[in-house]
Amino acid sequence: MRKKLFAVLKLLLPFIAIAISFLLYYLVPDNGKQKKTEHPYYLYFLIALGIVILLEILIGLFVPNIRKRILHKAPFLTGVIVSLALLNYVTTKTTILPTLYFPSLDRILGLLVESRVFLIKNVGDSLKLLATGFAWGAAVGFLTGLALGYFKVVGYWLNPITKIIGPIPTTAWIPLALSVFPTTHAANVFLIAFAVWFPVTLMTSSGIQSISNVNFEVSRTLGASTLYQIVHVAIPAAMPSIFLGVFYGTVSSFATLMAVEMNGNSSGIGWYISWQKSVMLYDGVYSGLIIIALICSLSLTLLFKVRDRVLTWQKGVIKW
Amino acid sequence: MVGEITIKDVHKKFPNTDPSKEDIVALNGFSLDIKPGSFVSLIGPSGCGKSTLLRIIGGLDKATSGELFIDGKEIRKPGSDRGFAFQGSNLFPWLTVEKNIAFGLKARHIYKEQKASVQEFIKLVGLEGFEKSFPHQLSGGMQQRASLARALVGHPSVLLLDEPLGALDAFTRMNLQDEIIDIWKKHNMTMVMVTHDVDEAIYMSDQVVVMSARPSKVEAIIDIDLPRPRARAQDTFQEYRSKILNVLNLGGKVDEVEYYL
Repeated sequence: MRKKLFAVLKLLLPFIAIAISFLLYYLVPDNGKQKKTEHPYYLYFLIALGIVILLEILIGLFVPNIRKRILHKAPFLTGVIVSLALLNYVTTKTTILPTLYFPSLDRILGLLVESRVFLIKNVGDSLKLLATGFAWGAAVGFLTGLALGYFKVVGYWLNPITKIIGPIPTTAWIPLALSVFPTTHAANVFLIAFAVWFPVTLMTSSGIQSISNVNFEVSRTLGASTLYQIVHVAIPAAMPSIFLGVFYGTVSSFATLMAVEMNGNSSGIGWYISWQKSVMLYDGVYSGLIIIALICSLSLTLLFKVRDRVLTWQKGVIKW
Repeated sequence: MVGEITIKDVHKKFPNTDPSKEDIVALNGFSLDIKPGSFVSLIGPSGCGKSTLLRIIGGLDKATSGELFIDGKEIRKPGSDRGFAFQGSNLFPWLTVEKNIAFGLKARHIYKEQKASVQEFIKLVGLEGFEKSFPHQLSGGMQQRASLARALVGHPSVLLLDEPLGALDAFTRMNLQDEIIDIWKKHNMTMVMVTHDVDEAIYMSDQVVVMSARPSKVEAIIDIDLPRPRARAQDTFQEYRSKILNVLNLGGKVDEVEYYL
């Protein structure tokens, strides 16, 4: 009985927090410095969030898994709502923070909604660049790593080169790449590919080298040819390590994407941020950051989903 | 009947890790004839070269000099006539039991024709219902069974066993000894097993080859003339036991034995 009451209270918390947010929004006078938006986007967001939570609770009445999840998440969501309320209070009701650098939530969210077409186009450009560079880097990195790890001769000649060129920070290549490649786009693709290439190469080759020799001996006694051994022993056995390399590569590809887009590009979400900053529109900067956070986090989630599929035989190495 | 192994004056030297020192002699003129369909154990202290010999028969290592034949054919590399069961199970952790067992057939591109033998061997080693399990989901004994099935699925005439049961507890071990004997009888194959365990060697073998530590040589070849199925708690068992231990100088003080070679 008591436990049930406690659970109900827990589920009420987010709604209480939303109600308080509304009260703060309307009852406390504004500082008058923030530009007014057409709609109260912040409140729309809270309403949307409230509806989602309500739906989850309703579904949770029938589905035990969802019930468990929403009970677990309710305090956290309350924390999020309270933090947003505090942030909104500080930026719109007080003058503690400079208005220029700290736009109201209404403005940031409003920008995301009102400039969505332009933003989506830029997100598309960024994703295309990221995907092209990533694909090249991962493919070439995988093949180099395989050759380095499996064939001792290749390792002998190429390992020193990889070890010297690989650790150079990608951003250090930007000036050279921009002058050597015929187009900026080609230079950008190269730079992102390079950022992915090194960790993938390194982790593929070290993954293969750390395979216990007995795996290869077993496969030899079972009649496997060299090619069969590479495809069916070396690669699957090194897969956990390869995924780690792809993970590091993905993270560094985000950094490189931003670096190249902010340097001499004219589209993409990184360019958008630096452009908005240069015209002193910080609500645009924040919207850009929110979008980047979403893209990076979703990409990694996707990567780990793929890993869980491929590596069902192995239980999680990195938690995400 | 196939599965005859002829070993003629095999030497094996390994370069010393310290190059200024002499090479390590693992086998110094080893000769042995293994009759088709027999069960032979190689026993001896660590470093006596028994595993090296098995690996050379398996084609994993090359002899420095000497000749090896299987059914009159010279051994140069691993072949489908020999199965190899390694120490520990060494299943591929990324493959299910079924796919582990099918690995050899697929690698030799005969999976389509011999698909049925995968199921046959899964059944033979009692792993029905675990086809889709991954190795880490199995007990040590089950892993070893799967590993045996994997070595056997191509119907080799010789099975080489390198301390296959070393990592198992005593009861699982005894069960698996019986199962290996059953398979050996059913399939009329030659089995050559390296072991540390004197009782295991006596219980399972037709012939026990006792080897000494470096410089390694054959100290004695002891025929085990016990009827099968054998009982572990037999008086004659004890006799063989003391014979072998004496050859290995582990039997304590007794009269000089007369079967030194």
